[in-house]
Amino acid sequence: MKHYEVEILDAKTREKLCFLDKVEPQATIAEIKTLFTKTHPQWYPARQSLRLDPKGKSLKDEDVLQKLPVGTTATLFFRDLGAQISWVTVFLTEYAGPLFIYLLFYFRVPFIYGHKYDFTSSRHTVVHLACLCHSFHYVKRLLETLFVHRFSHGTMPLRNIFKNCTYYWGFAAWMAYYINHPLYTPPTYGSQQVKLALTIFVICQLGNFSIHMALRDLRPAGSKTRKIPYPTKNPFTWLFLLVSCPNYTYEVGSWIGFAIMTQCVPVALFSLVGFTQMTIWAKGKHRSYLREFRDYPPLRMPIIPFLL
Amino acid sequence: MASSEEDGTNGSSEAGDEKEAIGKRRRLGFLATVWLTFYNIAMTAGWLVLAIAMVRFYMEKGTHRGLYKSIQKTLKFFQTLALLEVVHCLIGIVPTSVLVTGVQVSSRIFMVWLVTHSIKPIQNEESVALFLVSWTVTEITRYSFYTFSLLDHLPHFIKWARYNFFIILYPVGVAGELLTIYAALPYVKKSGMFSVRLPNKYNVSFDYYYFLLITMASYIPLFPQLYFHMLRQRRKVLHGEVIVEKDD
Repeated sequence: MKHYEVEILDAKTREKLCFLDKVEPQATIAEIKTLFTKTHPQWYPARQSLRLDPKGKSLKDEDVLQKLPVGTTATLFFRDLGAQISWVTVFLTEYAGPLFIYLLFYFRVPFIYGHKYDFTSSRHTVVHLACLCHSFHYVKRLLETLFVHRFSHGTMPLRNIFKNCTYYWGFAAWMAYYINHPLYTPPTYGSQQVKLALTIFVICQLGNFSIHMALRDLRPAGSKTRKIPYPTKNPFTWLFLLVSCPNYTYEVGSWIGFAIMTQCVPVALFSLVGFTQMTIWAKGKHRSYLREFRDYPPLRMPIIPFLL
Repeated sequence: MASSEEDGTNGSSEAGDEKEAIGKRRRLGFLATVWLTFYNIAMTAGWLVLAIAMVRFYMEKGTHRGLYKSIQKTLKFFQTLALLEVVHCLIGIVPTSVLVTGVQVSSRIFMVWLVTHSIKPIQNEESVALFLVSWTVTEITRYSFYTFSLLDHLPHFIKWARYNFFIILYPVGVAGELLTIYAALPYVKKSGMFSVRLPNKYNVSFDYYYFLLITMASYIPLFPQLYFHMLRQRRKVLHGEVIVEKDD
């Protein structure tokens, strides 16, 4: 069996960083990354990007050396992706924050509102309901992160955790401040409005969860396979007939429900920003589905049925 | 940052995107080229008119007091028209990011309409004259640079000016803006302008005074970034240095 030689050059400076000889032809990129870490321990595999062309796309961990368009001496270019952090860690941190922060405002911990309000309780039912909904939402997210989601990537750049936590924690504090404020004004149409909003919220939370479960069942544990998601017996998944990312659709719906329930502009703004971001993600996902699967259902839109 | 120089070109051959090689020509449609040339000539002319008006005012009156009032209509017209630059980026006839252009134009609009126009007592501050002068020189240089680039006859002096004037003009302009906002603070606090208080049925509040404080604070991280970005561009364009950029 012929062995390969692999030389790894820095993508920017072309400096020779590492030379590996006697590499098995069936070696995967993941294994090559492990070998590279031995000579450069500060670059653990998660922060390595190896590519065939300095400006090209990163090779996947599963790619096999033999199947790549290289000769028996392969030249790979290395890019440092920077310090990495696991997706699970990021999700847990960014979701635990809002859960905890909202409660600080709900219990009117000192130094937030005037001292005469310390540890007092709102006299509006909707405020207690809002706390339940908000807390339920983030507990659900934490549990899904731990038990439901199957992540394609193990890690993301470290700076993302600061960016993401600022967003989630900042908005949570901003919303919670007004909803739990002693001068909070309950919704204009009273309990009718609250009941309608709560219904929307609950339906969308169930919907979102159903989609997460359906997506989980698409992919066996430990694999990174991608398949077209289809509606199941669960009626909440029938939204797959009309959109590629019904999980995002339901998520936006939940927050719209919460905004109507609390009649609070910061909540509406948070919904809007979230909607914008999720639309970008949905369009990206929709495009990759279309690229990968010839028989992708043509009726589907990325996030809003028929519209967007 | 109101007085910052946007690296993107209003349709000129020098691409705003750092990753593109300097001098690489972008294929622009004929209509787009005509429109952008017209736009940049118009803006150059507009800011030239402002410059002349300011010089004449000072020669006649010998003071900066009343300067803003005398040029405000022209200033508002041409500075507000710059919103079109965001559209240019959106439709792709200018290769700069919509976000960068949006931030820069917004900060100018903010300074003109939400500070100087709205807070009358500060209109005669020296700092207003300071940023007005800085903006005027910057914009005349910038728009004539774009115009000449589009017409493929860029005089070396204009290129030199565009990549050197900012070294002084940018900090001077920032100083003028910050001092103006600072001068406006007491009037904003007293009048409670642009502010919304609790309780109200939308459960939101907004305090323009604190908003201005936060805006001033935001100059601290933003100004150095934009300034050093321009310095890097300058080195690349004028001295052809190969800079290894930190990848985002």
